[in-house]
Amino acid sequence: MLKNEDKQNNTVKKNLDIPIVKSIGLPTLIIAAFFLLVMITAAVLKQSLPILISDILRRFGMNGVLVLAMVPAIKSGTGPNFALPLGIICGLLAWTIGIEMGFVGFKLLLITSAIATVFAVATGYFYGKLLNAVKGAEMTIATYTGFSTVALMSLVWLMAPFKSKQMGWMMGKGLRETIKLDGVNAGEIINNFLSFEIIGIKIPTGLLLTFFAFCFLVWLFFRTKTGVAIIAGGSNPAFAAAAGIDIDKNRIIANILSTVLGAYGIILYSQSYGFFQLYSGPLMMAFPAVAGVLIGGATASKANISHVIIGTFLLQGLLTASMPVANQLFAGTDLSEIMRVILQNGIILYALTQVKGGGK
Amino acid sequence: MRKAKNMLSKQMPYLTDNIVPIIFIAFTLLGFALTDNVPINYFLSELSSRFYRNAFIVLSLIIPVIAGLGLNFGIVIGAMSGQLAIIIVRYLSIEYLHLSGVWELFFCIVLALPIAAFIGFLTGRLYNKTRGQEMIASLIVGFFANGVYQFILLFATGVIIPVRATHPMIKPDGVGVRMTVDMGELHYSLQNIMKTPFMWTVLVVSAVLLTLVVALYLTGRKRPDKGNKVIFIIKVLLLAAIIAYSVFAIATKNNITKVKEVPTVTIIFIGLLCLFTELIMKTKLGQDFRSVGQSQHIARSNGINVDKTRIIAVIMSTVMAAWGQIFYLQDMGTLNVYGAHTQIGMFSVAALLVGGASVRKATVSQALIGTILFNSMFIMSPEIGKAVFGNALLGEYFRTFMVYGIIGMALGIYVWNDNRKARITLDPIELNAQDN
Repeated sequence: MLKNEDKQNNTVKKNLDIPIVKSIGLPTLIIAAFFLLVMITAAVLKQSLPILISDILRRFGMNGVLVLAMVPAIKSGTGPNFALPLGIICGLLAWTIGIEMGFVGFKLLLITSAIATVFAVATGYFYGKLLNAVKGAEMTIATYTGFSTVALMSLVWLMAPFKSKQMGWMMGKGLRETIKLDGVNAGEIINNFLSFEIIGIKIPTGLLLTFFAFCFLVWLFFRTKTGVAIIAGGSNPAFAAAAGIDIDKNRIIANILSTVLGAYGIILYSQSYGFFQLYSGPLMMAFPAVAGVLIGGATASKANISHVIIGTFLLQGLLTASMPVANQLFAGTDLSEIMRVILQNGIILYALTQVKGGGK
Repeated sequence: MRKAKNMLSKQMPYLTDNIVPIIFIAFTLLGFALTDNVPINYFLSELSSRFYRNAFIVLSLIIPVIAGLGLNFGIVIGAMSGQLAIIIVRYLSIEYLHLSGVWELFFCIVLALPIAAFIGFLTGRLYNKTRGQEMIASLIVGFFANGVYQFILLFATGVIIPVRATHPMIKPDGVGVRMTVDMGELHYSLQNIMKTPFMWTVLVVSAVLLTLVVALYLTGRKRPDKGNKVIFIIKVLLLAAIIAYSVFAIATKNNITKVKEVPTVTIIFIGLLCLFTELIMKTKLGQDFRSVGQSQHIARSNGINVDKTRIIAVIMSTVMAAWGQIFYLQDMGTLNVYGAHTQIGMFSVAALLVGGASVRKATVSQALIGTILFNSMFIMSPEIGKAVFGNALLGEYFRTFMVYGIIGMALGIYVWNDNRKARITLDPIELNAQDN
């Protein structure tokens, strides 16, 4: 037993202290090489690098928190959070309520975040309970939980008794599919906070700071007693149970955290875009986030903050840079979108082949 | 049929097991009660033509379920293979061969076989590597294959594969296949071979079923216990009632005879696939499917090549889905090159589940009943949306919710039950799987 405990402590330590270099896997290196290649091609093709880099930074910050939401779920042993749309919907609902209440600007942002937190904690709690009931098939169930919630919410968007002119159709009931945030002074509100330009590169300081702040908080959380217990339960449930850790409770806590991060993630994402999308908008949003963390070197059972930062940067960087390059090289084709589909789903498949166990 | 009988026998376990089909029947009946502008012959025409289109693909899901692979969302890849075959055949036919519709159809079917079999082989190998996570893997591999499919048709065609830029199927700039491809003579090529009036077909099919049921009962293949007797009598009465009504309808030429004519060959193909699925289960291969599905561990120790058996199951499913998609598209008339296949996996899986199937159990009758019930819901929900809320869009969102909800619920209930059982039995293999 003692020996086992030592081993366990070691694995926990290993999880926490892995130097970035060690955690770089083959997929990460391939994508990184590809990213470099595309950047060099862009330079050769005389594309404006400052604009490209500004775009990459913006997309990196935008998607960051959504990818970060994967970390608690993976660490707790429920696998990547394919039900990310749950958190996203909490964020979207909070936006609509905030706008309906007539707030604008920073006040709107704060109110929205507060409402989103309440929704996401409640949703995450029930989602965590659900996952505890379906151990062994979390990823499949999570995907369909996300899908069916998005479909159910379509009915809500259509029937919600909202009156605000910012969100409704000119005539008839229901909310619009795309709602602009410029009308309520919330478009790019975080991006523009303290933002500045160097050699033509626009740095969205507020956005990056917010993203890194969330990364830091999550990192800090996994150093608390609860955090360490969650990791222990995720990496070796049998041992953790023997040590008196309530695994089911910890899985719920981790998934609440993941759902809350999903809600904050979409708030950050949509303010950067300047609008948000209802109805089927969130349907497929889990997959790029899952792919992001996996590209950073995470697996379905192991993930760190470094994976989030590296993965988001590589995936979003590659996608952002490849678009103008592909358009210039092969005009008229949608090659970058095709590449996104192949890359994103290819990396998820690769991660699934690495999942151990199953198969009775 | 079976659902009604379960309700009658008042056995609670049956009722809860078949809660999904019952909800769907209730929903459709509710639709009829609420809306008065859906004439029965319109409904039956819609329903029957949807049935001819979809039944084949839904049937293709059965074998993977029995072989323990769960619901194969990867039939999307089969559908893509079918579409590739159609595009190649149509391209060559317009360019050089100038075939007639039936020959085009024949070549599509022939060409789809190797394409789908090869891709089925690859996906089968993938499922062997993602054991225990096949369903999510099959969903993702469908998305992945969609990317590859787009790469081949949007980019490689014209850049890598030489094509004539002025060909009517190629985009004006010479790169990529157009968004929609006209099926030309392929349209209705299967349908037009032979058609029979609806009620006559119903009459013949029910008569055949009735003799089959009676013959099976008399030869005593099923143990004649009390439950079976009740089921048998209900079956006979139901079929007899249908036969009597069809005779009545044909004699009086009432409204129901106005239902669209039945494409005989399509029905025969669907029937053949049902027969094939039933018969293969009686062979050695079918027994292997079943034992691999029950326990890979035990199957392996009995000398069955588990991996190979699973791959064969996936290949069969993929090929059937490819053919099913060809039959579906020859009915539609235009091929939406980049969209026709995307939803087929979800809808077919939902249809199968609505029929009362689960992740580990599926039968031919569940597939057929499921196709009928699912499509009834599909036809009725915009009508209900219009009648109740004055908004047809609402009904459409509602049916999307039903598709995802049904799949999620069926999977959730299955895994939940499975986990509960595992906790009671303390089966070491189960526990091992949980630990991981």
